[in-house]
Amino acid sequence: MGSENNPMKLIYYPGCTLKNHARNFDVSTVSSMAELDVEVEELERWNCCGTVHALSSDDVMHRVAPVTNLIRVKEAQASEFMTSCAMCYNTLKRANIDVKERADALETINQFLYQEETKYAGDVDVLHLLEYLRDRIGFDKLAGKVKKPLKGLRVACYYGCLLVRPKEVAFDDVENPVVMENLIRALGATPVPFPQKTECCGAYHTVDKPEIIAERTDKIMGSAFDEQADMVVVSCPLCAFNLDFRQNDARRLNPDFHHLPVLYFTQLMALALGCDESALRFDLHNIDPKPALAARGLD
Amino acid sequence: MNTTLKFSSSRPDRAFVAQVEKISGQKLLACYQCGKCSAGCPMAAHMDVLPNQLIRMAQLGMKEQLHAARSIWLCVSCLTCNSRCPKDVRIAEIIEALRETVLRSGERNDHLKIQELSPEARGELPPIAMISALRKQTS
Repeated sequence: MGSENNPMKLIYYPGCTLKNHARNFDVSTVSSMAELDVEVEELERWNCCGTVHALSSDDVMHRVAPVTNLIRVKEAQASEFMTSCAMCYNTLKRANIDVKERADALETINQFLYQEETKYAGDVDVLHLLEYLRDRIGFDKLAGKVKKPLKGLRVACYYGCLLVRPKEVAFDDVENPVVMENLIRALGATPVPFPQKTECCGAYHTVDKPEIIAERTDKIMGSAFDEQADMVVVSCPLCAFNLDFRQNDARRLNPDFHHLPVLYFTQLMALALGCDESALRFDLHNIDPKPALAARGLD
Repeated sequence: MNTTLKFSSSRPDRAFVAQVEKISGQKLLACYQCGKCSAGCPMAAHMDVLPNQLIRMAQLGMKEQLHAARSIWLCVSCLTCNSRCPKDVRIAEIIEALRETVLRSGERNDHLKIQELSPEARGELPPIAMISALRKQTS
């Protein structure tokens, strides 16, 4: 961690949804990093991460978007960068692994991007914010920066798919990750046991099969409610949309469904680190987190 | 799940089997039908053909039946199956290859018709949802 006079610099890739529906994720990421003396610098000229990794072995075209971003990181004179969006992390990291393993694919992409002055050579590392907090800052040091401990707050940590699968991109145990729980503990809150934490939310079926998302949301949020969680925290804007904005559909499916707020882990971090209320953007939620926080004396 | 597999003595569609193996990069016969993929699949409750059954049908080259299965569009590549397969078969890659054999058929064969969604439905969706749905279900 940098001192106040000498903050650490870190290239930051926000991704499209953090500039639209998930601005609460973006501002809480940037604000809490400032409290940790990390100077976050948004990557210049970033483009779409690719949004879902193409699984076809012969698909090179869909690696172009992620590789272009990796070139932009090199142009920023950096060898690594951070993203807090689980989808961007997963797509960028897998494309990076893929082109490192397949020299022919990388050569094809570099040839396709012939107008780029910088060629990609597999020499950039993709980091997720949770991994950065754990390995570079350390949860002990982070705990020392907490101004408003989230005492008594019961939190269910939801990882979904993209932080833990495939195992090549996972920075924690595939079946039972604990990195988010350890962060929550450092913030003074209490993580609850959460058997559904790596279950899929239904992802893009939210577009044309919302009935499937209602079933997933009922199951996942219901499990958090059964553990007496006050809220669920996530790292993916698609999970956040499904688990928060599809709760009304879940309620129609199951009249016993109980609403629970869904927050980004960075919002809890911003709250605990004493960031201004403008860093939280609770106005962007379907289920308002304020009553749940107020019930624990955190308003 | 009331799916009945009917096997005949006719030879499997070898060109189709080869195409699925090429796109997925997987050896279909590596699967010994333990069913662990279907046991953990979050979409299994909504599927007409379970993941392990899709693999078996792919081994047998049952192209028409596979293309008619709702299941190939229900898999969202969450990779739970891949991470638990005792034979390291990448089931999600095989199901992606099955989708690709439809999408690459030479004519516009999109599974998702975005124009059929109401403007309200489109307006509320975050870009991450729209882009991923289109990426997976259109050519």
